[in-house]
Amino acid sequence: MEGYVVSNAVVVAVVVGGVFAAWAVRRSRFWSESFRELARRRPLALAAIAVYVLLGLADAVSWVGDAEGLEGVAAHQPRTLLDRAFPADFKERSYSAPLADVEFYGAAPLARPGAHWLGTDILGRDVLLLTLKGARVALLIGGLTSLIVIPLALLFGMSAGYFGGRVDDAVFFVISTLASIPHLLLLIALILVLGRGPVQVCIAMGITNWVGFARVVRGETFKLRELDYVQAARALGASEWRIVLRHILPNLMHLVVITFVLLFSGTVLSEAILAFLGIGIDGSWGQMIDQARDELARDPIIAWNLASASAALFGLILSVNLVGDAIRDILDPRTLRENL
Amino acid sequence: MPGKPARSEPQASEARRPVLEVRDLVTTFPADGGRAAVVDGVSLQIAAGEVLALVGESGCGKSVTALSILRLVPRPGRVASGSIRLAGRDVLSLGVAEMRAVRGALGAMIFQEPMTSLNPVQTVGEQVVEAIRLHERTSADAARRRTVELFERVGIPDADARFDTYPHQLSGGLKQRVMIAMALSMRPKLLIADEPTTALDVTIQAQILELLREVRDRFATAILLITHDLGVVNELADRIAVMYAGRVAEEGTREEVLAAPRHPYTQGLLASIPSRARPGEPLAEIRGVVPSAGEWPKGCRFATRCSRVLDRCHDVPPEAIALSDTQRAWCHVVAREEGRA
Amino acid sequence: MSAAAELPRSETLLRVEGLRTWFPIRKGLFRKTVGHVRAVDGVDLEIRAGETLALVGESGCGKTTVGRSLLRLEEPTAGRIWFDGVDLARLSRAAMRPYRQEIQIVFQDPLASLDPRMRIRDAVAEGMETFGIGADAAERTERVAAALQRVQLDPRQMNRYPHEFSGGQRQRICIARALAVEPRLIVCDEATSALDVSIQAQILNLLHRLQDELGLTYLFITHDLGVVRYLADRVSVMYLGQIVEEGRTQRIFEDPRHPYTKALLDAVPSVDPARRSAHARLEGDVPSPSNPPPGCRFHTRCPVAFERCGREEPGRYAVADGHARCFLEDPASP
Repeated sequence: MEGYVVSNAVVVAVVVGGVFAAWAVRRSRFWSESFRELARRRPLALAAIAVYVLLGLADAVSWVGDAEGLEGVAAHQPRTLLDRAFPADFKERSYSAPLADVEFYGAAPLARPGAHWLGTDILGRDVLLLTLKGARVALLIGGLTSLIVIPLALLFGMSAGYFGGRVDDAVFFVISTLASIPHLLLLIALILVLGRGPVQVCIAMGITNWVGFARVVRGETFKLRELDYVQAARALGASEWRIVLRHILPNLMHLVVITFVLLFSGTVLSEAILAFLGIGIDGSWGQMIDQARDELARDPIIAWNLASASAALFGLILSVNLVGDAIRDILDPRTLRENL
Repeated sequence: MPGKPARSEPQASEARRPVLEVRDLVTTFPADGGRAAVVDGVSLQIAAGEVLALVGESGCGKSVTALSILRLVPRPGRVASGSIRLAGRDVLSLGVAEMRAVRGALGAMIFQEPMTSLNPVQTVGEQVVEAIRLHERTSADAARRRTVELFERVGIPDADARFDTYPHQLSGGLKQRVMIAMALSMRPKLLIADEPTTALDVTIQAQILELLREVRDRFATAILLITHDLGVVNELADRIAVMYAGRVAEEGTREEVLAAPRHPYTQGLLASIPSRARPGEPLAEIRGVVPSAGEWPKGCRFATRCSRVLDRCHDVPPEAIALSDTQRAWCHVVAREEGRA
Repeated sequence: MSAAAELPRSETLLRVEGLRTWFPIRKGLFRKTVGHVRAVDGVDLEIRAGETLALVGESGCGKTTVGRSLLRLEEPTAGRIWFDGVDLARLSRAAMRPYRQEIQIVFQDPLASLDPRMRIRDAVAEGMETFGIGADAAERTERVAAALQRVQLDPRQMNRYPHEFSGGQRQRICIARALAVEPRLIVCDEATSALDVSIQAQILNLLHRLQDELGLTYLFITHDLGVVRYLADRVSVMYLGQIVEEGRTQRIFEDPRHPYTKALLDAVPSVDPARRSAHARLEGDVPSPSNPPPGCRFHTRCPVAFERCGREEPGRYAVADGHARCFLEDPASP
């Protein structure tokens, strides 16, 4: 199957998943009120995140055809929705300053003078377009990694916390070992082994990141296991698995939400570091920032590439952190009891 | 006598003045977009060497009343109106520094949970010394000696050795004794005890009650005892004020309230105590539940649950009806019984 | 008159022999067991069908652990728990399952006993699902409604969450949950201790009524002697992991024989203004259950201990229709 078909399918799945999540939230008074409270506290951050998500989705849906101005092979490449918001042959030959009419070096006239709001990069690609496309990569990194981390951490953390004894010893041994290996080294090693595609990088980041959350889950499960209502369920004859799934897991969900949000920003930032080492994901803001190493050394300085990617990255991380903090406050068990 | 210095006059009347005088205290908390009065017009007074028990069930506002007296009500709650005079000083008008001088010295408080009331990383002796040196300039040695003496006074065995122990090394009863020692270190005129024995075993509770009795007798400390346990009240209190839904429902001497209660709530409360009932007979029940602050009914707050309710009770809040020099009840039924309705 | 009156009162429903539940104390890098907290250290109980046996004692005496050991919520270290001719202590987890239907428990803190994320309909039905009571979801809902009505709650509220109810109502829900599986024995572990006195009265009345209507048997674990006197047929007094005295309620209150029982009763404040009777007879604190005193466990605090008490452990000496673990009751000694 063509790569872009898979990508489209994923977008459909994400949209369906989003609709399902929205329905589930509406059904539960607790979650819908929490969401309303969140919207009340951080409307701007939430709106910003929504914009990023829309950009990401727009850059994930693509199809072939309708490539005015392109010829040959280029005309038969799939182009995304985001791509199509810009003219098809938007490339220049090299650097140009924002809103310039001429190239940066040599002052040759541009194909589309004044059309590049944020200038172009070394390959002549429009920086604004590149920045907007970076949103998809960021969302991919954050989303996919979290999707790997959270189930892993839940499985191991809950098993260790609930069953204790030798299961706990084994899991704890694995956790401690992984946690003792320097993050970055492990990450690099995994990428070198798994390969450098985006999915592989996300897997590698997932493997290095699940340990922290697993520890938290384990601790929280220890606490929950001793609560009266868990004891009551045992007295009512519930099997261990039923207790874990029906009583422990739902009461961990607030942790899952908080962790997801915080993990998201952490992994996006991590990827930026990987980009510096040359093993990041293509098209990410980290990669754009990496190019600044060269660009800042030039005279005159080329700053717009760096500025644009940094601003976009900063905007996303800030929004996610603000929302994450607000979620943590709202879901704090102390306020939980009052606001439930 | 003419020529006698004017100073002696105030001294004489000071001895008669109550140590604590609370009038129409209202303390509010935010609720549903407004503020709800958790304490809604409470008046009390305690004389030196007297124990007043403030009794009620959860949600009646007794703990908040106690906290209000020392201005310890947690934000966003605050004292909205009323007056509080402690040893003649108007507590509500004091500045921050003056209030700090009052707390611990003039009026001290001990709490229910001895486990969380003490700092786990400091020895108990250090904590008492810290309390002393907050209010007085004394040397560390003198403070330590005074602390050990206090420990002995409150019945902590091996007082000198215990000075250097940490809270987790002590039992609940001993921790509570440490709290009492700390509270007494500045010889306060008023001691507020908020459920001091609720978390303790009954044999330890008996020890602590004995200790509190001694404190009252030996130092003539006025004690405000907050509790829901009528047995503890009987053992320690001289007078009782029964609170319901933010207001005082009945007050009187211990004998009056426990042997001859007039307010239907007090009567219902006493009738539901198992030790007062005969085995096998159903206990008297007060139907319904306590209304929450902010949803106080108009008129008498107990009207919705009262077995002897009159029409009047739903509309008009009852006034105080004096039943003796010392007993009062806020109830229309009682008013009618006394021919004053 | 009632089902309970028809049951042969002398029939033993549950008999516990020599129950010990020890918790290992682990220290060090390899978590070596350096000692044991002997929470329950040789307890014998006999509960007769249709009666209420109160298990009293102060904190740390092990009474809660006894209750939990009966339900295998804590694993007994030794001893036998005879129920219907089967030793529950020896059963595997799977074999224990059907017996869980017979013995249920109501805990002290009604808020903590209910999963905050579960509607009470699901909470009450949980046991029914495990034991296969009720043919389908509709019938189970009917049974939930019936159980709620039995505890005087409005069945129309079954779709609400625990935090929407008051403390007393939550405790009723817990009782309904226990009743839903139709047990024969209910362990009430400080079931009314966290409730206000007027709510406690409601719950005690309810428990009493249910016992009459359904022929239930209760093991009532509490530290509140007032409730014991009111509710219990027989009383067992625990101290530091052992039963020190046992007998009919009236006898225990009127003529306690063990010095600890006497001290306990003396310490209880009365609500009668004519009598101010709480005396602190005991000095000091309870010894640690990981290191109980030699001989009689109570001798370190006993006001009438003598030399033998520090040396030998007293046996169970008959007193009226119960027993006391004190040399003073030893018929063989002077």
